[in-house]
Amino acid sequence: MAVLNIPILRWGQPYTSLDKEAVVHFVTGETLARVSQANTGLLGRDMRFAQRARQVLADIPVSDLIAMMKKAADLYLNGTLPIGDGAQTPDDFARQQSASTGLPEHMCKANMAKNNFVLTNMGQILDSLTRGLDLNILTRGYGVESRGVTVSYQAQAPVLGLVLPSNSPGVHTLWLPVIPMQIGLVLKPGPQEPWTPYRMTAAFTEAGAPKEAISIYPGYGEMGAEVVRRSNRTMIFGGLPTVERYRGDVRVQVHGPGFSKILLGDDVVDDWEKYIDVMVDSVFLNSGRGCINCSGIWASRHTREIAEALAERMGSVEPKPPEDPQATLAAFTVPGAARAIWNSIETGLSDGSSEHTTARFGARLVERERCGYLRPVVIHCNSTEAALSNTEFMFPFVSVVKCPQEEMLRRIGSTLVCSVITYDEMFQQELIGATHIDRLNLGPVPTIQLDWLQPHEGNIVEFLFRPRAFQSRLEKAAV
Amino acid sequence: MSVATNELDARARQSRELLDAQVREVVEWHFNAETGCPFWLEFASKLGWNPRSEIKSFDDLKRFPPFEDEWLRGGPVRRWLPKGLEGKPIFTFETGGTTGVPKSRLQIEDFRIDYEMFSDTLPEGYFPRGANWLMLGPSGPRRLRLAVEHLCQYRGGICFCVDLDPRWVIKLIKWGESEALDQYKAHVVEQAITILGAGHNIKCLFTTPKLLEALAEELENRGTSIKACDITGIFAGGTEFTPQYTRFAMEELLGSGVYLTPTYGNTLMGLACSKPVTPDDGYKISYFAPEPRAVIEVVSFDDSNRIVGYGETGRVKLTTLTRETFIPGFLERDEGEREHPCEKYPWDGVSGVRPFRKIAGQTTVGVY
Repeated sequence: MAVLNIPILRWGQPYTSLDKEAVVHFVTGETLARVSQANTGLLGRDMRFAQRARQVLADIPVSDLIAMMKKAADLYLNGTLPIGDGAQTPDDFARQQSASTGLPEHMCKANMAKNNFVLTNMGQILDSLTRGLDLNILTRGYGVESRGVTVSYQAQAPVLGLVLPSNSPGVHTLWLPVIPMQIGLVLKPGPQEPWTPYRMTAAFTEAGAPKEAISIYPGYGEMGAEVVRRSNRTMIFGGLPTVERYRGDVRVQVHGPGFSKILLGDDVVDDWEKYIDVMVDSVFLNSGRGCINCSGIWASRHTREIAEALAERMGSVEPKPPEDPQATLAAFTVPGAARAIWNSIETGLSDGSSEHTTARFGARLVERERCGYLRPVVIHCNSTEAALSNTEFMFPFVSVVKCPQEEMLRRIGSTLVCSVITYDEMFQQELIGATHIDRLNLGPVPTIQLDWLQPHEGNIVEFLFRPRAFQSRLEKAAV
Repeated sequence: MSVATNELDARARQSRELLDAQVREVVEWHFNAETGCPFWLEFASKLGWNPRSEIKSFDDLKRFPPFEDEWLRGGPVRRWLPKGLEGKPIFTFETGGTTGVPKSRLQIEDFRIDYEMFSDTLPEGYFPRGANWLMLGPSGPRRLRLAVEHLCQYRGGICFCVDLDPRWVIKLIKWGESEALDQYKAHVVEQAITILGAGHNIKCLFTTPKLLEALAEELENRGTSIKACDITGIFAGGTEFTPQYTRFAMEELLGSGVYLTPTYGNTLMGLACSKPVTPDDGYKISYFAPEPRAVIEVVSFDDSNRIVGYGETGRVKLTTLTRETFIPGFLERDEGEREHPCEKYPWDGVSGVRPFRKIAGQTTVGVY
């Protein structure tokens, strides 16, 4: 396959930088693309036209934009679309994305299906995210709801900045509703995952969305910071330091580690075997890469047996080539990353308060010429004080933690998705009131199960639009 | 081999002879008890060989162990003062120092000489004699302010100055105080715009890449531009310069009629000049040290005494050879590609200068 040259997109206009970074296949070392890298000044210049990005979208009725999204869904999933100086079929896309992110190809295709679903069902998703608001109110800024009350929503930024990750193609669903809400996009792709932003943009444009609404700035670390600095609303993906850095900044929605968990109530824990499939799916699917994958299973008893059972189910899993439809593990394509994670786990184990229950299935760290794999790891923690009792890594890793039920809420810490299996109504009420749990699943629901009609880690509509008081006595103003 | 190549080779050989002569003279000066500085005299006493008799050429400097920048930290700073220069007014300039004790270099006339040599490389049309300058960048303990001011005076102008404290900037970055950083930058740029608009006939500017960008942006916000302010020549440096940045600055910040010359240097070495940067050459930036007073070599990452082949990547190694300062083989925190001699500078240069990959992640660069 010819090496693609992928330019920066400045409100749709391609710009080839003198700085380029090669995107390389993690198995063969083949150069897949040379991606132009933006200097921060380009963004500074282009943000002068951010308002135009919103305006060209606002000139198109939301219903038309939703129809375009539906068309884009099909183009994205099935079309041959332009990318840089070449073209890309859906198979090319899955192969390229797999080759640079390490995710098996069939998982890349599954992510394509997710993105396609969200684009296809954009109308219902927006209806759900806005709680049934007439979307024209977002365009006009005000209007009258069906119950006869005047409401006003004010866009907080003409464009949304996005600092995207390299390792988790699933997150792109989060920003897909932005264009139909008539807000422009400033995308900074992850270094290993330029593919989705470019393909999605090509699909949007082919479907009729104005190219002046989207910019893409691949770049180095400082480019991400510049996107945050220049945008009044930014969604950023990163690790704990990123979360800490932007905590409390209303302009920034940070997506970091999820520390998602399953809690087993005292009333069901003796029947833990009934829920082992839910636990395995939560930990293992999508190679454990997502923030919604479970990294902690907490119970007051039977924890060692649970850990042993999970180890039995996942311990023998081996890496397979990315094109193998049976591959379940993603590779770490950044040099040294897998080893660094493994070293961190070994350090955590050295405090003596945890047991590595997958150890008997052989070495976990598998190093190859240009990548590394980590086979599933199950840890048993006898107490919540263990160093590994509340950690998250981007592969199937789970700590099974012994903790009395009455202490769980106090000790689980910030949790993105919490699946709680209990019929104890008092415990359920406490969980419903727990503000450190973002998404709550009551019952045996895998943490990775998504309901597209529910917001994820903050509602994108509330992030982009501020409801405010609004009164009008102008005759022509009422709707 | 063409006539031009023959001629360049001959000039390169001639430069080398001058360099070897400079080495002999400078070593004789610094290691002679009558003229040398306490540091090198004490150093020589422990070497077991005599630099004065045994160093005859630039290549012989490899006999010295690698120069450690830690030697430059702390006092007494007079240990670096050659006896032969005692009694003259002394400057001390510092580099680093965000945390801990900065490195110091004593100077008397070197900064003036360096910048006078640099002055000869500036195109007169864009840096007219008699024009006033604005120095928009770090001053304080750095030599930059005095050096730029001298450059301006040497060319017959008066230098206006706006200070920026890079140590504070680095702290703000480390603390993640991006809002305070923006406010500080705005404060600096505001002062510059005030001076530019005050009728001082300023035509030339020294600034850093980041400040140039910020200045251009703020001027545009106010409906004007660098060009409209009558700036015709910009000498920029202080932080990393990439071809892409240079292209961006020329195409989008400056436009035609404003000349930008990148430079590379520091308090220890002096100032390396760039060949004119042009679109035809892909905005490639090649730096050449002011030989024979300073030398840039591009050396192997594994063996700092082995120069890499032309076009190959290596670490930047600096040697300073003046009567005020002798620094043999200082390994810079940068890497780049070795460049062929050129007509204007018939000795090796370096291009693509960027932070040395092994320490890039630990260093805050390009901050001001």
